Amino acid sequence: MADNLPDKLQIEIVTPERLLVSDEATEVQVPGISGYLGILPGHAPLITEVGSGEFSYRKPDGKVERLALHWGFAEVLPDKVTVLAERAEKASDIDVEVAKRQRQMAEEQLKDPNANQEEALRLIERAKTRIEVAGRHDSSMLNMIP
Amino acid sequence: MANVLDLRRRIRSVQNTRQITKAMKMVSAAKLRRAQERALAARPYAQMLVNVLKSLVTRAEVYDPVTGEPRHPLLERRAEKNILLVIISGDKGFAGAFNANVVKAANRFLEAKAGNNIDIIAIGRKGRDLFRRRFPYAQSGTEEGGYQRSAPVEIIGEQVGVLNKLEFGQARDLANEIVKRYSRKEVDSVYVVYNEFKSVIAQRLVVDHVLPIVKIGEQDVEQFDQFSQEERQKQAHAAATAGIGLRAPDTSEQDAHAAAMFGTGDYIYEQPPERLFNDVLPRYVAIQIYRALLESVAAEHAARMTAMDSATNNASDMIDSLTLSMNRVRQASITKEIIEIVSGAAAL
Repeated sequence: MADNLPDKLQIEIVTPERLLVSDEATEVQVPGISGYLGILPGHAPLITEVGSGEFSYRKPDGKVERLALHWGFAEVLPDKVTVLAERAEKASDIDVEVAKRQRQMAEEQLKDPNANQEEALRLIERAKTRIEVAGRHDSSMLNMIP
Repeated sequence: MANVLDLRRRIRSVQNTRQITKAMKMVSAAKLRRAQERALAARPYAQMLVNVLKSLVTRAEVYDPVTGEPRHPLLERRAEKNILLVIISGDKGFAGAFNANVVKAANRFLEAKAGNNIDIIAIGRKGRDLFRRRFPYAQSGTEEGGYQRSAPVEIIGEQVGVLNKLEFGQARDLANEIVKRYSRKEVDSVYVVYNEFKSVIAQRLVVDHVLPIVKIGEQDVEQFDQFSQEERQKQAHAAATAGIGLRAPDTSEQDAHAAAMFGTGDYIYEQPPERLFNDVLPRYVAIQIYRALLESVAAEHAARMTAMDSATNNASDMIDSLTLSMNRVRQASITKEIIEIVSGAAAL
């Protein structure tokens, strides 16, 4: 049985704007809405909702790629992981300064009792994820989730 | 008869105009190409979302097993009394009959549904300007009960200047607003009027029935207008001279790939299927609106390209006829001079 297990995972991340990532990985971490999921090749088929968080995967050459995801869906098959993400950004594409500014604005919005509090919380969460993901861009560790 | 100098001046002026229309045509062609690519890039996501929904429908108890009533508010059919109409037009003119056609289709829809209360959301400056003259804005701040309409047709929202830099976020915000109204039962059905664009020669003006969702993954077209043969020929001519393919690029491979995703096997569901379904359904509305916006933008560029192509051709015709009459005038004056010289010589 163990002989039949694939040793690699095909990864695809699709956003409404385009197919963002199409790659191979030996190990994947998905920010599921009810907690992070570590996925290795040969995983049982699974569907989960994806929250706001870091999606990371290790490429066959050992390098780790990271993305900031904001809401989506992940389908896990033994040899494939597909994510439908409403928003996704590669760590290298994130502008930390912009993210920090957005967080500041959202925090101010949170203090304003008339503003949409839920929206502000979501924006803060999103900005936080982006800053964190960008900050870990150069790290080669996969399991960095506190 | 006008003199040669005047005619020469007019020719030059028409030549300048022709240069401008030609440039506008090429710019529109480039924009059309980009818009087409964006519309294509959005397809895998839409396709996969539909697959997820379809697979969830089989797993989740979407319909009540006893009464057969749908459990999700977006699937629920109600008698039509309050209708929400989203009108997607363009922000700019110089696009032939593009905006006029959208408005005409919308008017026809309004007539067909006369007697109901209709709320309008106008996207695009041109459509907004036209409808603003005819219908009043809804009074703001009266969302909670006891709201008195001032007219059967009211404008409740508008978005101007968003089409140029379209992002999914905008479509999602709009969809959230629509879904919210629908779930609160403020409206009983939602339609979108827009110019559908599959390729340069496959276009039509449609009124899409977006909510309630009748069948997942299928358009529910309420009314549509095909383009006339003449219009299509003009479009095809403009596209050919601007180097744009007539047919949509072949995406069957990509589509097959997307179709294979999701909804194939038996899954472990991390969350209950019902909950997944409830979270995905509003996104389905969003992607539909996003697609409508993208296609409308592509159609607008195509219409402008065609209009500018016709204008360029007309300018060329005009230059030809002006040049002809200029030559005639010049020849006439030369002939006259010769006659004068000859008759002068004969008199000696």
